Amino acid sequence: MTDPLAPPANGPVAAAVLSCGIGCFLLGVLDVAADGSKAVAGALNFYKPTGPLSGVTTVALVGWVICWALLGLSWKNQAVSFKKVAAASFFLLALGLLLTFPPVGDLLLGR
Amino acid sequence: MEVDFRELVTIFHGMLFGGFFLMALSGALVLLLERPRPVPEKVPIWQALFLGKLVALGWLAVLSGAYIVYPWYRAVAPPGADLALYGKQLLVAHGNTAGWHTLGMEWKEHVAWIAPMAATMVAWVMLRHRAVWNAQREVRVTVLGFAGAALLAAAIAGGWGAMIDKKAPVQGGPSYRLMGDAK
Repeated sequence: MTDPLAPPANGPVAAAVLSCGIGCFLLGVLDVAADGSKAVAGALNFYKPTGPLSGVTTVALVGWVICWALLGLSWKNQAVSFKKVAAASFFLLALGLLLTFPPVGDLLLGR
Repeated sequence: MEVDFRELVTIFHGMLFGGFFLMALSGALVLLLERPRPVPEKVPIWQALFLGKLVALGWLAVLSGAYIVYPWYRAVAPPGADLALYGKQLLVAHGNTAGWHTLGMEWKEHVAWIAPMAATMVAWVMLRHRAVWNAQREVRVTVLGFAGAALLAAAIAGGWGAMIDKKAPVQGGPSYRLMGDAK
């Protein structure tokens, strides 16, 4: 029997937060990868007028949504350690924000 | 007083979608700073509409930017063309303006996408999992942090966009008279 006083399961919220962090990180990684490699930039050039930006953002968004769906299914009705999830999510978000800043990408690419 | 087609679309992208998205994000931060209340039966309809509008504006801003305005900005000018119609080339043609593209546009075009992603997550938690948000302080702090990051990303993108459009305005296409007579 479910305890009516038990805190509500935070798994779906944790899945949404962590997948958002992963999506932001993926965006930053793909941004730097497309900037540093002509092959990657060419592969991500999904829509020519927009250029590699179209592929960078599409792949990041698809990755985000897939992560959200998979984590959401895994953590459905579960209570997870939210502090750990939050720490990992903020770390990934911060990396994503940093990697979109061109001087950081240039530093990593040795320019 | 006239405005041309590309200027009009840029106004919609930056001032309507982007500007109202920034204002809505500020409102969302106020909502997230509220003290948690006993779980309501249903999320108030005005909050559902507000959060839905927040998410829609964010996605409209980045999609209109990436797929309508940005292609005009980065189009390659044919030899001898007036560079005033080719923003990227106009900026990178001179050392003292190149940074508006190599730093400003390169940063703005990517960081902007973090804002609607984070805003979508925030709205989803507030609409679908309000009970968890009410019950757990760490959830409230985390969601607030992501909303703050969304505001930061949107402000960076909007700020650079406004400044770049002053240096190299996106323009072209048919003109529309807003008021007054043509002289």
